[in-house]
Amino acid sequence: MHAALRAILRPLPLAVPSLWLALLVAAPLLVVLVLAFAWPAESVPPIAPPWGAEGPNTEPFALVLEDSFYHAAFAQAALVAAGTAALCLLLGFPMAMGLARARPAWRLPLLMAVLLPFWTGFLPRLGAWIGLLRDEGWVNTVLQSLGLITDPLPLLYSWPALFLGMAHAYLPFAVLPLYASLSRRDPAMEEAAADLGATPWAVFRTVTLPLAAPGAAAAFLLVFIPAAGEYVIPELLGPPGAQLVGRVLWQEFFQNRDWPVAAALAVLLLLALLLPILLFQRLEARR
Amino acid sequence: MSRGTGQGGMARLGLMLGLGFLWLPVLLLAGYAFSGSRIPFQWGGFSLRWFAALAENERLLEAAWLSLRVALGSATLAVLLGGATGWVLARRGPFRGRALFGVLAGAPLVLPDVVMGLSLLLLFVLLEGATGWPAGRGATTILLAHATIGAAYVAVLAQARLAEMAPELEEAARDLGAGPATAFATVTLPLMAPSLAAGWLLAFTLSLDDVVVASFVSGPAGTTLPMVVFSMLRLGLTPEVNALAVIILALAGLGGGLALLAMRGLRSL
Amino acid sequence: MPLLSLRGLSKRFGQTLALDRLDLDVAAGEFLTLLGGSGSGKSTLLRVVAGFEAADAGAVLLEGRDLSGVPPHARPLNMMFQSYALFPHLNVAANIAYGLKRDGVPRAERAGRVEQALAMVGLEGFGGRLPHRLSGGQRQRVALARALVKRPRLLLLDEPLGALDANLRERTGFELRALQRETGAAFIMVTHDQQEALALADRVAVLEHGRVVQLGAPRAVYDRPATRFVAQFLGTANVLEGRAAGEGFDCPGLAATLRPEGALPPGTTACALRPERIALRPGAQGPNSAGGVVEEVAFRGDDSLLLVRAEGGALLRVGHAEEDGPPPPRGSAVRLGWEAASVVPLAG
Repeated sequence: MHAALRAILRPLPLAVPSLWLALLVAAPLLVVLVLAFAWPAESVPPIAPPWGAEGPNTEPFALVLEDSFYHAAFAQAALVAAGTAALCLLLGFPMAMGLARARPAWRLPLLMAVLLPFWTGFLPRLGAWIGLLRDEGWVNTVLQSLGLITDPLPLLYSWPALFLGMAHAYLPFAVLPLYASLSRRDPAMEEAAADLGATPWAVFRTVTLPLAAPGAAAAFLLVFIPAAGEYVIPELLGPPGAQLVGRVLWQEFFQNRDWPVAAALAVLLLLALLLPILLFQRLEARR
Repeated sequence: MSRGTGQGGMARLGLMLGLGFLWLPVLLLAGYAFSGSRIPFQWGGFSLRWFAALAENERLLEAAWLSLRVALGSATLAVLLGGATGWVLARRGPFRGRALFGVLAGAPLVLPDVVMGLSLLLLFVLLEGATGWPAGRGATTILLAHATIGAAYVAVLAQARLAEMAPELEEAARDLGAGPATAFATVTLPLMAPSLAAGWLLAFTLSLDDVVVASFVSGPAGTTLPMVVFSMLRLGLTPEVNALAVIILALAGLGGGLALLAMRGLRSL
Repeated sequence: MPLLSLRGLSKRFGQTLALDRLDLDVAAGEFLTLLGGSGSGKSTLLRVVAGFEAADAGAVLLEGRDLSGVPPHARPLNMMFQSYALFPHLNVAANIAYGLKRDGVPRAERAGRVEQALAMVGLEGFGGRLPHRLSGGQRQRVALARALVKRPRLLLLDEPLGALDANLRERTGFELRALQRETGAAFIMVTHDQQEALALADRVAVLEHGRVVQLGAPRAVYDRPATRFVAQFLGTANVLEGRAAGEGFDCPGLAATLRPEGALPPGTTACALRPERIALRPGAQGPNSAGGVVEEVAFRGDDSLLLVRAEGGALLRVGHAEEDGPPPPRGSAVRLGWEAASVVPLAG
């Protein structure tokens, strides 16, 4: 009866998301790759396509691959991301264990307590850190009024401030997968180890930690991947010398108006992240 | 709980320290939002002056209104697209290009914001040059970008939800006389509903929180709330941001409560 | 004409052949059990009949009508799922009414039939509950009521008792049997539990590697297993290897000769002997007797199971009834004997 209508409607559930993914996920990635070979121009938009008379422009990739400034940007991003991930694991592991060990009735409220600070908004939370760390901020005021220091400590716009802000922003990314992997397993295993004569430290080292390793690896990558491209936190809390690739890309685009170099940076950042992304997917698939 | 192994105490201490770290700045921020002092994070007596200042800040209010509209629109679009995507991944069975479909559906989750923002902007610029659409950039382009990112999150939630619902439920519906569309409307969709609601809330918050992607894809006409707050923070903090955070926290508490209710509903199914 | 005819059904999943040119007829009002191990194709068979899988070859005929190409919702039969597949977002009454609603049964009639169905399975007053507020046994009844409320001529049941605990299982089995008689529908029930299969069915079909290896009344299938597989799967008979020797069958493992009633069919490669048909017979000699040493004695309540190492080296399962006195202790030498009628020659 509605055969014609059905013939039109049936492919829609697949066709609509496919079209969307092609147009707004696949196409932009192709465009960014193509425009990394474009020419900068004194026009609006400040770009001349690579298929013009001059042919493709290999200058942006050459520049990014050869200039040590950009090398440093990638190295800094990798170090900051790895440091943030390590910091989050260090802080997050005991938290996840505490959550997994909590009485069932307490688990959901505690989980909400972990997540709720994130509903204040990303930027206001950074604002709070600025307020805490700046020269006339809360920390310095308290230290001064206690008489511990006379001149304010230069806390803001420093590497510690950068890592503090990063750890604060990314901690839940580590706590949630760790909690998931810890709560999924049989608590009797630790008891069995203790029953077999293991001291608490030995239980942790020989049972808890090895069993949590895949979850910890997943948590590390889950922090590392987004942290590697971070722009806002280095910009607001970090020292001027923190020229991470995300910040450099932003500056190339907004300050230097050099879109092709920004595109080349985006392509290389994506390529650099491919390995951790694939690693993460392998880990997830194995679970 | 596992008292015998001696790890419980350490874990509890770790949890308390971690929660302290997470909450300290938030609590200080909330408290000092009610301080009358001009210098942020210095107590100057209880005052609502920063809330009043917020209400008079035209630029901020305008940006907030834009952000709200973009968040509502993009979250709704994200639910439609992400719901369909999650359904395809969980239920559609094999089809040509399924692997690529899965990779593209998950890509926005792992792409750095700067890459996502730049690539979408370049696409919009190219499209405008070729077709005249989108004419300039602003609310529409931000909405499309946020919907794309939100849809990826909704898809993950919807797929996970469907994966834990036995496909036998749809088969039972078919066996009892429901055609494919009826089975979807009477069984699949109601079962997906909690994940779609949670996905909507997530997409809504992601949109309200985003500064990087929005900065790339917006034009002079489209300044969102986070973009305004970002420039305020860059210039040096004003206590208005604290007041704003309190309002967001209150709204988020409300949203979180709703999400909790949705999750409870989800678990009872 | 049979109610359901399966003709040469084949279904392959990748490397495995789930159904292999399978033929089966089911009469109206019959209770048929499909018995088989995991991977025998029994669940695939149900899913092909219900329309969730398309057969690679062969036909499904319902009252002579070919069902191939008919989608599940248009097939006049219903299925009860192993997981029950109760809709978690609908209450019990709405679950049961679901199929009636799809058929366009008016609201008033629907309510009446739902009440009837609830009464039929003894769940009056439970209509407003959500499935997760029911016990396992109650869920099973709701699933049954939901499948039966449409009054199908054929009901497919996939391990309907599988999720119940042991004492509930027996009672529910009897209720199932009573419901089948009451409704007059034909039931095809898949199970891997041989006792369930024997207890409930009019006929048992034993499946192996996607084919029906034996079909018949429960007692006939139990007493005269057709193949080694059936003999061991049903009641774990002793399968004794050997070769034909004149009228008898020489079994080197027993160091004895088995002699069935009548002539030994040609092509016999083994004989089956049920544990409970073997008795302690001190002094028994000649064919259909053997000697051995008791290796294990296991008390099972109504009887004991002896493991006897026969003189030829084979391990024989022997049932020892309580009324025959205390079983011989471990290590004692015994003489065993059995009737010719208990020896079942096997070909396959």
